[in-house]
Amino acid sequence: MIVLDGLRCAHDGVAVLRGVSGRFMPGSLTAVVGPNGAGKSTLLRAIAGLHPPAAGSIGRGGLRPGQIALLPQSGSLDRSFPITCADAVALGGWPRRGAFRALPPADAALAAVGLHSAGGRLVGALSAGQFQRLLFARLIVQDAPVILLDEPFNAVDTATIADLLALVRRWHGEGRTIVAVLHDLDLVAHAFPETLMLAREPIAWGPTAAVLSAGNRRRARLAAGQWQAAA
Amino acid sequence: MIADLLLGPFAFGFMRRALAGCFALSVAGPPLGVFLVLRRMALTSDVLQHGILPGIAIGAAFGGLSLGFMGAGGFIAGLAVALLAGWLARATAGREDAQFAGVYLIALAAGVAIVSMTRGIDLAHLLFGSVMAVDNAALILMAGTASAALLGLAVIWRPLVLESFDPGFLRAVGGHGGAWHLAFMALVVLCVVGGFAAMGTLMSVGLMMLPAVAARHWAAGLAGQVRAAVALAVLASWLGLVLSFDADLPAGPAIVLVAGGLWLASLSLGPRESLWRRRSSRRTS
Repeated sequence: MIVLDGLRCAHDGVAVLRGVSGRFMPGSLTAVVGPNGAGKSTLLRAIAGLHPPAAGSIGRGGLRPGQIALLPQSGSLDRSFPITCADAVALGGWPRRGAFRALPPADAALAAVGLHSAGGRLVGALSAGQFQRLLFARLIVQDAPVILLDEPFNAVDTATIADLLALVRRWHGEGRTIVAVLHDLDLVAHAFPETLMLAREPIAWGPTAAVLSAGNRRRARLAAGQWQAAA
Repeated sequence: MIADLLLGPFAFGFMRRALAGCFALSVAGPPLGVFLVLRRMALTSDVLQHGILPGIAIGAAFGGLSLGFMGAGGFIAGLAVALLAGWLARATAGREDAQFAGVYLIALAAGVAIVSMTRGIDLAHLLFGSVMAVDNAALILMAGTASAALLGLAVIWRPLVLESFDPGFLRAVGGHGGAWHLAFMALVVLCVVGGFAAMGTLMSVGLMMLPAVAARHWAAGLAGQVRAAVALAVLASWLGLVLSFDADLPAGPAIVLVAGGLWLASLSLGPRESLWRRRSSRRTS
């Protein structure tokens, strides 16, 4: 269980998240939605331990760093680095194998995301959709009980979205805790039971249908208008 | 006749020692250079080669012409400059080139000043190297640092690949990216210091960087680039020492000139992403 208590995060002294309290129950499948700049990515990075909170606390229920897997936005990786797909996926085994022990094979994970024969290819040769499949294959190898997905379907073709969403559902069925930052509210409404709506502070958190109400969406837009005017 | 030209110089003991030492550095340095290139740190290597000079000069001022003192001084100064360069890169959010220029100008000036205050050191030998200087002690320094650097790279290979490809992932799984980066920089400094006796402080980075830059025209994958860089460096060491012997040039510039020639040849005619490749692919498309 991930427990947030009065969480506050800042970039260069400007609070981009404040007053976030609540819990992601074990086995829950939650979407995080909100306007651009609402602190959604910051929330995931804070839970993953990449962004130290300015105030408040994050309880991780005794999970070690590698047991909370984060799918980053693909811009944070060097896609021109000459690493093969098989090696990139196998590195998902780092949390359990460390720097020196043999890494697990990547073939099964690559096949599970539809990249059957790509093991020997360089990651730079992949399309945006294939690269996203590759990162999901790494998540399969990492085999973490908590999975955080930062805009997993951004700039990705619809066939890939369907395949990756099926994978997310399978993980949900296996009892993993999943939190995904998403923009497509239709997708959220039909695939995610829980939703957290953020606008630098929580607007609503609970069952998706209630959270995505017209009133909540208007409040989020108004809040976004305020910080955009202040910037 | 040709065999005589290419092998004749190695009838002399000091040439054989220089060749053995340069081969050792050719195996250890260029793989590090490949990572420097891929991590967009080619400028950092420039700062390092100037940064170790004051350290070597101070070592010489304290310990006379002992290779041990000079090497240790160079290693400490190199590490200090590597730390400073890393801090500048973070503090300026990637726009560190002006600060880097400042650092290496000061380091070079300080090094030259200290050398000229110390009697008995030939500045040109320190900067550009001399094969005559490769006695047994220098050969042991070259081979020893090369072996240590190669073993060290084998140890940090996986974290270094991950830290280059996806630093956020390494941090998220608790992998201490900064420590691996520091270990990598220490290996680079070690290799530059190892090469200074034969090739000089200014030139020893050349044998590390030029084959690494040329390697991307020979192979796409990381392992292939490393192998290509080592092969090019071995070739440059051998032909460079022959050139140095025949044309009576200092060893450092001779080796770096050959390595530069190999880079230009790779850039123009190499099998990957070369000018020739680009032209022929434009014609067929």
